Amino acid sequence: MSAPVAVRGGTVVDAGGSRRADVVVDGDRVAAVGPDLEVPAGAVVLDAGGCLVAPGLVDLHAHLREPGAEESETVETGSRAAALGGYTAVVAMPNTDPPVDSAAVVRHVQRLGAAALCQVAVAGAITVGRAGRQLAPLAELAGAGVRLFTDDGAGVQDARLMRRAMEYATALGVTLAQHCEDGALAAGAAMHEGEWSSRLGLPGMPAEAEELMVARDLALARLTGARLHLLHLSTAGSVDLVARAKAAGQVAVTAEVAPHHLVLTDAAVASYDAVFKVNPPLRPAADVAALRAALAAGVVDAVATDHAPHPPEAKELPFEQAPPGMLGLETALAVCLTELDLPAERVLALLSWQPAAIAGLAGPGGHGGPVAPGGPAHLCVVDPAEAWVVDARALASRSRNSPWAGRRLTGRVRHTLYRGEPVVVDGRATR
Amino acid sequence: MNRHLLSVADLGAEGIEEVLRVTDSFVEVSARTIPKVPALRGRTVVSLFYEDSTRTRLSFETAARRLSADVMNFSVSSSSVSKGEGLRDTVETIDAMGVDALVVRHRAAGVPRQVAGWVGASVVNAGDGAHEHPTQALLDCYTVRQRRGSIEGLRVAVVGDVRHSRVARSGVLAFAALGAEVTVVAPPTLLPPSLAGWPAAVSHDLDAVLAKADVAYLLRMQSERTTEALVPSLREYTAGYGLTARRAALLPDGALVMHPGPLNRGVEIAAEVADLPGSVITAQVANGVAVRMAVLYLLLGSSPR
Repeated sequence: MSAPVAVRGGTVVDAGGSRRADVVVDGDRVAAVGPDLEVPAGAVVLDAGGCLVAPGLVDLHAHLREPGAEESETVETGSRAAALGGYTAVVAMPNTDPPVDSAAVVRHVQRLGAAALCQVAVAGAITVGRAGRQLAPLAELAGAGVRLFTDDGAGVQDARLMRRAMEYATALGVTLAQHCEDGALAAGAAMHEGEWSSRLGLPGMPAEAEELMVARDLALARLTGARLHLLHLSTAGSVDLVARAKAAGQVAVTAEVAPHHLVLTDAAVASYDAVFKVNPPLRPAADVAALRAALAAGVVDAVATDHAPHPPEAKELPFEQAPPGMLGLETALAVCLTELDLPAERVLALLSWQPAAIAGLAGPGGHGGPVAPGGPAHLCVVDPAEAWVVDARALASRSRNSPWAGRRLTGRVRHTLYRGEPVVVDGRATR
Repeated sequence: MNRHLLSVADLGAEGIEEVLRVTDSFVEVSARTIPKVPALRGRTVVSLFYEDSTRTRLSFETAARRLSADVMNFSVSSSSVSKGEGLRDTVETIDAMGVDALVVRHRAAGVPRQVAGWVGASVVNAGDGAHEHPTQALLDCYTVRQRRGSIEGLRVAVVGDVRHSRVARSGVLAFAALGAEVTVVAPPTLLPPSLAGWPAAVSHDLDAVLAKADVAYLLRMQSERTTEALVPSLREYTAGYGLTARRAALLPDGALVMHPGPLNRGVEIAAEVADLPGSVITAQVANGVAVRMAVLYLLLGSSPR
């Protein structure tokens, strides 16, 4: 049994509100929460002065690349990046090689995750090989522990197949997550279609390529009663559709946005630096503003990273040929605290307990809090005032494709506790 | 001039004027019995062409030789690229040999800008995907000025596949910078999705535009546009947007007919129109060498390595 841990001098923040309190952890459980607690004998003391002590963050959308693309990331390096970013659980996307379309691959990734620095929840593919033709064995995958299904990287193009997947999923109590992109409208695109793509001579995809599938899937979710989660929404039209669907009721839908879509615009592509190539693409300022408004209004339920590592040689290809994707796990919380006009408590809701519920990871013994005696000791201790400059070379990820490199951010994760273990102490991973 | 020539936007009106002024003297050099000056003796220019282009490559290499530069030629089919070497490794290797300028042509937009970030040499964009082809725009401006004295106030019609055309992107910027009134003429499917910020008007009525044009600039039309559902057929394209003999007759006296080559006679331009007196297509090619001499001279001539 590891030594007890005392997190002293911080402000505990969870869905129940915030209060000045120390947290004492014994084993993998929270033993006590309260002001000026006595430090148990032999305890490791972690200073949380000036910090927020929150339930560990939960990322709904991380590409850990293992198996198949270990030159980009592994479960180990990705989970270390996650822990440094304050995450205690990530949902690993199934677009690996082989893809997660059988229980054997689910169990393989789960085994890799057993030694990770955070919990690795495995998402399964909706269709065999993510090819969009035949349903993957959803019940078998659910039996192995999968709670979220997606063909992320591509949307399920065939409306009939998506309808059947949703119907089938209702009996399993799982959620289907869609990467909304009409393949025909988006074919060949390297960025958002608009003023910048026209000027730069790059093929673009219109906002409508995303919005068409958002509208279709909202209709199918209404038809089938399935739980639908919309991944990385990026346009004003998409969040407007979600707002209307939620207001009308009768559809079980949740939505996420990624930090880069809340800050960066397609103007960044003028550098032709493929670090700014991502899918869905960076959009104009009006879309960025609409996403922020949707977050503030509660239309969007979570901020998810879409952490997508790629090695430097891939990002040094010509822009049109480079793979899309950006790193995000180590910077998401800081970017949100720095850039969004939201109170820290709201930011933590969007990064911790709300995504925990969507991922099926919340509840007693799960993630997302509350921080209370007897609960699991998954904690993120963040200093909201600490300023730092992102150094891509210093990231724990195996890749370097961070769009935030060189940027000054305010808010830094000081400690992360996963199952009671201090996996990050004073901003450094302990293993 | 900046260290690189990547976009017409890098030059601005003053930069374009400077290139055109220097071009005058190199036109004179090109007319000599021995058309060669020692301006870039000891300097090395590499043409790095990732896309086939006989005319642009020869034009640049001729320009460099007339300036007495050493010229190396890198073409993809005979190189390490066919063995899988990455773009960055290739250009860093060449740069390490101590070259002064890299003339880069690539089928993907933005590659010259990426290369410029990796090397010590000056980079000249010799055409990148659908982005820009700045030296083409410069030679076009030079040719118009040679024939019409000034570009200020001229009405320039850029006709055809503007969406996919690097010639159009550079040309619109350059003509407009020198004071021309530019109109792009194409079916909506062959225009860029957005023309916000473009210094150009838009028309779908070629007859009306030609009747008032001082320059009719035809862009190359490629047959694959029909398979991409951008136009129903080349026949329908020619009927609506080709410079036929009937349409050429609408042009005012003294109007110029231009084309970046290679010509698709019978598609964007009728065979006989290309050979009319107002056609300056051959002059464009001739001026190309002098303009590229000016660009290389301005990039390399004054600054030692």
